[in-house]
Amino acid sequence: MPKNYYMDNAAATRLDEQVLEAMKPYFFETYSVATSEFGYSLGIEAREALEEARSRMADFLGAGHDEFVFTSGSAESSNLALKGVAKALGAKKGKHIIVSKIEDFPVLYSARTLAKEGFKVDYLDVDEHGFVDTDMLRSLIGDETILVSIQHGNQEIGTVQDIESIGEICREKGTLFHTDATHTFRRIPLDVRSIKADLITVSAHTIHGPKGIGGLFVRKGTPLAKIMDGGFQEFDLRGGMDNIPGAVGFAKAAELVTEPENARLKEMRDRIIELVKKKIPDVTLNGDHAKRLPQNANITFHYVEGESITLHMDMYGISVSTGSACFSRSLEASHVIGAIGGDHERAHGSIRFTLGRYNTMDEVEYVVEKLQSIVENLRKISPLGKQE
Amino acid sequence: MPFPYNDIVLEHFKNPRNIGKLDDADGKATEGSPACGDMVSLYLKVDPETKVITDIKFESYGCASNIATGSIITELAKGKTIDEAKKITWKEASEALGGLPSIKVHCSVLAVEALRSAIQNYEEKHGLVKEKVATTEEIVRKRLKKVMNPIKGLDMVASNLVKEVEVKDGVVRIAIDLPENHQFANAIKEEALEKIESLWDVEKVIVEFAD
Repeated sequence: MPKNYYMDNAAATRLDEQVLEAMKPYFFETYSVATSEFGYSLGIEAREALEEARSRMADFLGAGHDEFVFTSGSAESSNLALKGVAKALGAKKGKHIIVSKIEDFPVLYSARTLAKEGFKVDYLDVDEHGFVDTDMLRSLIGDETILVSIQHGNQEIGTVQDIESIGEICREKGTLFHTDATHTFRRIPLDVRSIKADLITVSAHTIHGPKGIGGLFVRKGTPLAKIMDGGFQEFDLRGGMDNIPGAVGFAKAAELVTEPENARLKEMRDRIIELVKKKIPDVTLNGDHAKRLPQNANITFHYVEGESITLHMDMYGISVSTGSACFSRSLEASHVIGAIGGDHERAHGSIRFTLGRYNTMDEVEYVVEKLQSIVENLRKISPLGKQE
Repeated sequence: MPFPYNDIVLEHFKNPRNIGKLDDADGKATEGSPACGDMVSLYLKVDPETKVITDIKFESYGCASNIATGSIITELAKGKTIDEAKKITWKEASEALGGLPSIKVHCSVLAVEALRSAIQNYEEKHGLVKEKVATTEEIVRKRLKKVMNPIKGLDMVASNLVKEVEVKDGVVRIAIDLPENHQFANAIKEEALEKIESLWDVEKVIVEFAD
């Protein structure tokens, strides 16, 4: 197989070998479930491993041991946050929920499902960089508002919200605040002792951990109803088999993310942006530059279509993603680029680069070099952008 | 390699035939719009005696299936008479490419429509429209359905942008529900003019904006 230049780490990451090593004993030796702790000693070991992983996960967030629930990933975490709060407070307090327009699908579609069930959902506007309108948020929160869900870092354009202020507003107005931190957890500081979030979605798949494991921080005392029935696992908030290898792997993956690594990703990100701007005319950076995920660059190449770019890139072994409608199964252009005021054209030619542990600066140079010739060639055959 | 496209499609995508523009085209058309997704422009040279397409070129602002269909349709049409060429269907183009993913129909059908529209444009410009049907409000609206509204991503009729259409003595008046200074006003106007002006009995097109 030819060398792969993988820059789609927001979608999935390569597992770190050290994570696999940490997980292995829980497949082959301590393979029992934690709920068997009262039956036999293997169960006790399984319970210990699970709770140790939980403590470490909670520590990374500055949370208490009993404030972290393991789930099957970020989609389940966000489903639990939105639907669990709706179920716990819908009848008691009110049926109003606020989410931003640029949330990822688990939040957006959970809100849509709740709207079908009679909840009133408001969608918060964002400005051209993708920052939510906090004045609008303030004015929308009322007595009936039970939850505000605003992401930490954006999955497509990388914009990082000021969740400290947002948390303050929600606390002051007396409503719960959930944030989807799938793309920020361990990449930028996130501590629940300073961030007034009540619920936080995290996932292992973005940090070189295993797929199929995620978590939800649930601040002590937060009203949350169970949505997955089964056993009494996870403080009776999530029924279902304990994923002990996954939990151990998640904690290991979280541990392996370091400050120097994040600084290195940021350097590569800035190099992509700098090189593209220098070498390719008619490009637009999507999202804010300063308040941005260290691993994300998202750029529109005007006059060309994204799927055509990604397909050509793939022939060189490069994996990137696009917000073009042609790329998506739903044939809908990126709702994020739409929300920041971009038209279809801006989404059509947008390319997302998301970096990870295994990318190098040499790869960045190679990718931009190939990109330059691909965009040049596609522009030659495009009816747009030519001098008349 | 495990691409969602077969080798023939990929070959046409990588090396599209008949790429470019004909500055002295006898007939031309653009389908789709940059604001809404894929777009294809197609240019024809037609032998005035035999009505054979002697040269054909296309430009694409689109995805792989859009580019590949543009490439194959120009190959299929070249050397055919305009009457033969306008009968080429999407199915024939798709078969010549060895099949396209079904989800990609909408991107690839644009090239087929562009060929038919370019032939129609040629016929209208050269007085070859056989059935000279008088232009009605309905015909105008049907054509405006090909003009996209970049704000909504729908055509201007479906997105309720067309307030009024009046056809009288060869003058077509179109009222558009958009202020004249709107960022897309001019683009929409230009496209609407292009679609209506070539109608055989239309002498003048007036586009009016909202106050």
